[in-house]
Amino acid sequence: MAGGGKPCRVIGLGNPERGDDGAGRAVARWLAGRLPPQVEILERGGEAADLLACLDGAGAVYLVDASAPTGAPGRIRRFDAAAAPLPAESFAFSTHGLGLGEAVELARALGSLPPHCVVYAIEGQAFDPGAPLSPPVAAAVAEAGGLLTREIAG
Amino acid sequence: MGNRTIKVDYLARVEGEGAFKVVVRDGKVQEAELRIFEPPRFFEAFLRGRSIDELSDIVARICGICPVAYQMSAVHAVENALGITVDGPLRELRRLLYCGEWIESHVLHVTMLHAPDFLGYQGGIDMARDHGEAVRRGLALKKAGNDILTLLGGREIHPINVRVGGFYRAPRRRELAPLAETLKRARDQALETLRWVAGFDFPDRERDYTFVSLRHPDEYPFNEGHIVSNRGLDIAAADYDDHFGEIHVAHSTALQSRMTDGGAYLVGPLARYSLNFDKLSPAVQQAAREAGLGEVCRNPYQSIVVRAVEALHAVEEALRIIADYQEPERPAMAIEPAAGVGFAATEAPRGMLWHRYVLNGDGTIAEARIVPPTSQNQACIEEDLTSFIGGFLDLPDEALQHRCEQTVRNYDPCISCATHFLRLDVDRG
Repeated sequence: MAGGGKPCRVIGLGNPERGDDGAGRAVARWLAGRLPPQVEILERGGEAADLLACLDGAGAVYLVDASAPTGAPGRIRRFDAAAAPLPAESFAFSTHGLGLGEAVELARALGSLPPHCVVYAIEGQAFDPGAPLSPPVAAAVAEAGGLLTREIAG
Repeated sequence: MGNRTIKVDYLARVEGEGAFKVVVRDGKVQEAELRIFEPPRFFEAFLRGRSIDELSDIVARICGICPVAYQMSAVHAVENALGITVDGPLRELRRLLYCGEWIESHVLHVTMLHAPDFLGYQGGIDMARDHGEAVRRGLALKKAGNDILTLLGGREIHPINVRVGGFYRAPRRRELAPLAETLKRARDQALETLRWVAGFDFPDRERDYTFVSLRHPDEYPFNEGHIVSNRGLDIAAADYDDHFGEIHVAHSTALQSRMTDGGAYLVGPLARYSLNFDKLSPAVQQAAREAGLGEVCRNPYQSIVVRAVEALHAVEEALRIIADYQEPERPAMAIEPAAGVGFAATEAPRGMLWHRYVLNGDGTIAEARIVPPTSQNQACIEEDLTSFIGGFLDLPDEALQHRCEQTVRNYDPCISCATHFLRLDVDRG
């Protein structure tokens, strides 16, 4: 398990009241009880100051978030955020503040990005208020959970 | 160099979408236009027919940075229509919630959005590489504001606990104790942030603004007070329409507010501070003086210092409220729907936010009017560009554009709110 003795965290991001935006948090819930007990599982809305606090002091962080639609709903992609910035077009930045990509870059600029920082993105389809996960995204939750379980155990 | 056009198509580090254009002819600024081109948002129309129980949650959606301001002006206006006064611990909790929003909003703007203009960076992330300690401190301070909103509002953005008459749930004293510990650290962080921005270089520019803000006999204004100006205005929120009007200008989807005599006026930190310096605590007054401010501040570039003073005030006020807090018997007063007209103005981080509602007897909304701070400041922003930029025309286009952007960001403009707002054009001919 990566982290070198420092905490290992899985952080599910999103708003579960907005359809597929809740995908990351659904993965965090799916992982509960399936990971070694020392791994912290968190659910967060994604506000940057809060997210930076979650990254701080960790040896390894796995972030799970929904990504912007490109026509392949449920597609799972893995990014090594410690190695390179996240692609801006996948994590649409809000005009209301700093998004995941900006929070990661801010952590990098501050030298507080964990040495191991991986982002799993599940491509969303619909983000309607109050809607459940769309079928392809719901199906991808267990698959992403399985990938994370194997990566963290490995 | 005599004729130039500086044009910014999408202004960064402001909330929402807008642009500006400055036209220079024969070495003089001929025209400055602030254009807001987000589509109009129609909130006033879709509140019609909705219940007053839904109001605070709907208006919270107008802005992700200042939802509390919208909630506060809305519930106070409805309470004004119903003849209700929310007092005691519930009033104090509303002030505490507002402290949280001022801290979040001011610190984000001061640290991440405006400071890079003074230190010569493209943005907060670039600046963080060289000024990591200041950014870390700002983020920790902002998080203290988030913590207040989360505890009192139910979540850090778009809080869900505000209702006409009070709250859905009031916190227990023991829930506030950890917040007090966070806020004690935040007080030091706010003071350090103030000292940091006080050391920036400020262009030496002043204008004789008409300042407008709330004023309250006993406190630095948040939720309550008369609308006053430095020109002798002193009116109740209900009389706003007699003294102010909104006009539509072709280059913007936001309405522009003016005094009824046609003059521009300024709302927000500069106005609030200059009209209410005496209501700050002696410790905050002292910190402001040490930061180089007088009792009145007419240099808009120093608005960053005033925001840092107000953030310090909000932290102190939050600590005072928590120390004195007594749990209310009920989280909200009982409400009986009634027909009526109500008005309220409260102090959003960016300035005075005025609401007016006409209510039906069944507890639904017949009419809604919302005048946000940025639409009130638009005319002043354009006048600042016209007045100040002439003095910077020896700068090359890129530096001049940057100075124009900084001048707009003095107002921390919230374009999403004002739309009913940024690009930059400087046309030097």
